[in-house]
Amino acid sequence: MEELINKLKKEVIEQLNLEDITVDDIDPDAPLFGEGLGLDSIDALELIVLLEKNYGIKIEDPKDGKKIFYTIRTMAEYISAHKKA
Amino acid sequence: MQNHLITGWGVIRQNTVIVDGQVKEIHEKFITFAEFIKFLYKKEQVGYPKFYKMDNLSKLGFLTAELVLKNRDLKNNYRSEEIGVVIANSSSSLDTDFEYFETIKDKNNYYPSPSVFVYTLSNILIGEICIRNQLKGENAFLVSEYFDPGLITSIVDDLMRNNRIQVCICGWVELFREKYESFICIVEKEERLKHNNENTLNYCLLTKENLSRLCLNNGI
Repeated sequence: MEELINKLKKEVIEQLNLEDITVDDIDPDAPLFGEGLGLDSIDALELIVLLEKNYGIKIEDPKDGKKIFYTIRTMAEYISAHKKA
Repeated sequence: MQNHLITGWGVIRQNTVIVDGQVKEIHEKFITFAEFIKFLYKKEQVGYPKFYKMDNLSKLGFLTAELVLKNRDLKNNYRSEEIGVVIANSSSSLDTDFEYFETIKDKNNYYPSPSVFVYTLSNILIGEICIRNQLKGENAFLVSEYFDPGLITSIVDDLMRNNRIQVCICGWVELFREKYESFICIVEKEERLKHNNENTLNYCLLTKENLSRLCLNNGI
C-alpha cells in the first residue's frame, strides 16, 4: 500500500501541475480538497481521468468521487480494491 | 475632450522583459517559453500556485499584467467595477487547442483533459487576470490578424467615454508555440488623475501611434 501511495503522490503532482509541491509535502491522510493542497473542481475531473488512464478504473457514479478522492490513502485503497488484473 | 493617458506598460517578448521603459530581463541564450516564464515567475516572487495550472497564453498575459500592476496600485484609487480589461491577439487559443487535440486524437488513447479544455477559449486569460486582481469591470477579448492599435484604442476610448469603466488594463497577448509577444498597459482618465493630484506630465496619451511605439518599439 505504501508503494502505491508514493506512486499516486507522484502522479497527482504531475497530473495537476503542483510544481512547488514535493512527494514529502503530501500527507496521505490529509484532505485533498478545501485546505491542504487546495484542489478545485477541475482537479477533481483530472483525478477521474488519472484513475481511468493509469489504472483502468472508471467511476460510474460521480457522487462516489467525494469518498474516493478524500485523501491519497482513500484513493490508493479504492485502486487496490478495483484495479483490473 | 476627455483625455485618456497610458500610466504604465510592460512587454514580454522572446526572453526579454521591459516594464515602464526599463529593461528588467534579457536572456541571450535560447531557453524555451516554459523555462523562461517559470524563471520569471519565481524571480518576481509572484506566489500564486494557480499560475502553474494555466495554459501558456494565460501565463504570458497574467505575468505581464502582474509586472505592470506591481508599479501601479489601482485598487486604492478605483472600485473593482471601474477597472476593465481589453486584450487582443491573433492566434486566439490555438496553441492550447492543439494541446487539447493531442489528448483526443487517438481513439485507443482517448483521455480528454478537463484542465486543458478549460483554456481552449482565449478570454480565460482575462478571467485569470480578473480573479487575481478581483476586477469586475467590462472586459473584451479581440482577435485580429495583426496587432491593431487603432482597434484597441477605439474600444478602450469608447468604454471610458461612456463611463462603463474608469481605468482599463489593455494590450496584445499573442502566443503560438515558441513565438510569443505580450504588451499590456494601463489607461486612466486624465481628469481623475488630476483630481488625485497626480503629476500627469510623464504619461502619454492613448493613441494608436503611442500604442504602436510602446508595443512594437519598446517605447523608443
